[in-house]
Amino acid sequence: MAIHIIDRRLNPGGKSLENRQRFLRRAKSLVQGAVKKTSQERDIKDVLEGGEVTIPLDGMHEPRFRREGGTRDMVLPGNKKFIEGDYLQRSGQGSAKDSGPGEGDSEDAFRFVLSRDEFVDLFLDDLELPDLAKRKIAQTESEGIQRVGYTTSGSPANISVSRTVKLALARRIALKRPSKDEIEALEAEIAACADEDERVELLARLEKLKAKTKRIPFIDPLDIRYRRYEKVPRPVAQAVMFCLMDVSGSMSEHMKDLAKRFYMLLYVFLKRRYKHVEIVFIRHTDRAEEVDEQTFFYGPASGGTLVSSALQAMHEIVRERFNPADWNIYAAQASDGDNSYSDGELTGLLLTEKILPVCQFFAYLEVGESGGSAFDLSDSSLWTLYERLRNGGAPLSMRKVSERSEIFPVFHDLFQRRETSQEKAAP
Amino acid sequence: MTERLFEGADWDFHTLQRITDACEEVALKDLGLDVYPNQIEVITAEQMLDAYSSVGMPLFYKHWSFGKHFAYHEASYRKGLMGLAYEIVINSSPCISYLMEENTATMQTLVIAHAAFGHNHFFKNNYLFKQWTDAEGILDYLDFAKKYVMQCEERYGRTEVERTLDAAHALMSHGIDRYPGKKKLDLREEEKRAGRRRQHEEEVFNDLWRTVPKGASKSRTAISLERRRKLLGLPQENLLYFLEKSAPRLAPWQRELLRIVRHIAQYFYPQSQTKVMNEGTATYVHYRIMTQLHQQGRITDGNFLEFLGSHTNVVFQPEFDDQRFSGFNPYALGFAMMQDIERIVTSPSDEDREWFPDIAGKNDVMGVLRDVWANYRDESFIAQFLSPKLMRHFRMFHLHDDPEERAGIRVDAIHDDRGFRRVRRELARQHDVGYIDANIEVVDVDLSGDRRLILHHRVIKGSQLNETDAKRVLQHLADLWTYDVALIEVDGSDKVLREYVVSPRPITAAA
Repeated sequence: MAIHIIDRRLNPGGKSLENRQRFLRRAKSLVQGAVKKTSQERDIKDVLEGGEVTIPLDGMHEPRFRREGGTRDMVLPGNKKFIEGDYLQRSGQGSAKDSGPGEGDSEDAFRFVLSRDEFVDLFLDDLELPDLAKRKIAQTESEGIQRVGYTTSGSPANISVSRTVKLALARRIALKRPSKDEIEALEAEIAACADEDERVELLARLEKLKAKTKRIPFIDPLDIRYRRYEKVPRPVAQAVMFCLMDVSGSMSEHMKDLAKRFYMLLYVFLKRRYKHVEIVFIRHTDRAEEVDEQTFFYGPASGGTLVSSALQAMHEIVRERFNPADWNIYAAQASDGDNSYSDGELTGLLLTEKILPVCQFFAYLEVGESGGSAFDLSDSSLWTLYERLRNGGAPLSMRKVSERSEIFPVFHDLFQRRETSQEKAAP
Repeated sequence: MTERLFEGADWDFHTLQRITDACEEVALKDLGLDVYPNQIEVITAEQMLDAYSSVGMPLFYKHWSFGKHFAYHEASYRKGLMGLAYEIVINSSPCISYLMEENTATMQTLVIAHAAFGHNHFFKNNYLFKQWTDAEGILDYLDFAKKYVMQCEERYGRTEVERTLDAAHALMSHGIDRYPGKKKLDLREEEKRAGRRRQHEEEVFNDLWRTVPKGASKSRTAISLERRRKLLGLPQENLLYFLEKSAPRLAPWQRELLRIVRHIAQYFYPQSQTKVMNEGTATYVHYRIMTQLHQQGRITDGNFLEFLGSHTNVVFQPEFDDQRFSGFNPYALGFAMMQDIERIVTSPSDEDREWFPDIAGKNDVMGVLRDVWANYRDESFIAQFLSPKLMRHFRMFHLHDDPEERAGIRVDAIHDDRGFRRVRRELARQHDVGYIDANIEVVDVDLSGDRRLILHHRVIKGSQLNETDAKRVLQHLADLWTYDVALIEVDGSDKVLREYVVSPRPITAAA
């Protein structure tokens, strides 16, 4: 009997991936809730790490007719001291009977592990880039080249041999070009033929065949096909994210932490939309400098506050390194709202003239002390300034945050799908 | 001296081939087994998890519930709560055995002997499998089912298909024919049948029929209850079959889906009835083969000890007051009974001669065992062959738990002369699916009235249905039936214990 031994280990894995996706789709709202809950407990740093979530089994339950209760009879092994007619107390000794595997009802919460991608997907699922940004993406496309079918003219380098030969073959068959075998067979017949008359006849036939072969070429210019290429617009697949932060003495650790969390979320979000994301950190007091991440968040600095210096620095960096035609530019500014009074006009000018036109998105995040509610104080100088600009039509997003737990809602709010605006645009 | 099959723990594909050949020699020559051709596949842990989640089958249609099971198994596997099986074997021809790549050479030998010869012989010869499953056709049928479900999803939308499958899955345990019909199931024919049906529909489709005015409907003469029940084939315990044939508003593809689920449930029906025997057979076979190989000197003493270690783990039976106890271990009970039969056949005691006059001292061990494996299921096997010696060995006792009884749980019988037969009967009953599954039947349909479907649950020993689950299943049933469904729980004296009535959910408008 033949025995087949097959090595299946190399078969592509993830056979049940589709079933898993179906499961996740079905449990989407449950899983999404669980993901949000889980992510609140986590450090922003590991927010993307995937991991275990627990969802209530309720919606995912597979019901069956099950019997329960009633009189029960059971046979068990391991009798030690019982004799017929004994009575066992229901609690205690008798409870052993309940130790069966509690498959059915005991798993009322369902735990399983989400991969990193699944986690991020669910985490950011209902967010999208603001409309403004999308319009800009459409404009800042570069061109690429793509194969599209065949053409009858072109450069010799682009000849498609297989297609050409295929067409030639079709033509030869259609026109009944004699094959090499046919001619050889005839020649052999002539060589073997003894009868003179027949030989002449065969020779005439051979001549005819040969003439036909010449008339119908093996490859005709008609057959030749070239690969065709077309230029297609290709969206810019890279983005740069500017983190601007006020690091003057008035910014506490807590405020920086809030800003950091916001930057992280923005980074994750952009990372999902663009192949390549760069980050530029600009911190400022009364003058601005580009720094690395460590210095940005933890380096000591002191001085006054001039917001315009940061904007100026950003403008220069954009001009030097990030051509707006090649880069999608995002900027997020975090500050406690202080700004030197004389700086307001310059800041406003820089923002509207230089920064906003090249940015996909500019967010201003005003961070406050923990416990200090955002509404009981009068608006800060920067807030007032930006609000005036926004009312003047500048595409600015601005929010106030003072608690860690507010970061995600604020972020969510900024990037939420604006279905209403689309509806407005429709009629 | 005979050549060793392998040294140490490592193996490669040549080793597997040698092992299989050696096992085959023992299985066919010494044990006289009759097996399907074997196909052995080596798989990884992930693939094993895959197989777990699709009820052990190599290909299956797509459904979210399999994804759920996969996620569940994967989570507990990663946490180390659950080990994976060493093998999975599929009742098909060729018989496919999956081996885990992590197994050592000894384990591979054990697994090949166990699955590729033990289970394989059982699948091919046991009467239940012969009656209910079509080993030749099952893989093709599953392939057909997978494609059919996929086509339906394309044609009618995923949500609709999912609704139907969800409902069918909920009723799966009651989609089984318990008594063999006239015709043997031919799964290959199924695929052609579905194709022909669709082709016929497409050929005879003529939009003109829609425009033909309908005459006044004929007044129906009231038919008698008996006649009506007969026309509908009532009472009917196969709910899926009943819906497939009689549900008034199902689309043809929905009926086909119900049919697929029903066929698959039917395919697994023998396995649930023969757990003890199936595992007992396989364990007995691997034990014989391994011992034989060791005696021939083809397995070293060290490897044989490794085998004995895992074998002992497999056939371990914790006692009832042990924390690890979770009912009778089918491997332990089955293996013990097979060995016990061997003992009775070769060296019976007086007691055995009295209890088993037919086989005691017959000396043809394999002949008797092959006959047993072919002609019994768990329930009849235990009722027939559980010996007093084994009951004493396991120290079995029977508990009777009547909630009405204030004094507690009564010990009804123990392993003594007065109790043997009662213990044995009760244990056999515990393995009788007819007794374990709820006995639910379609009894009537109010065809001339509101088309309410009426089901009865015959309550045995006061054990009623779990309420939440019953309501959910009935909801699915009502959705398929598209009219009200009533389930009445009645006891032996036709007294109504509880009544459920469920109305179908309105179908959400297709988007």
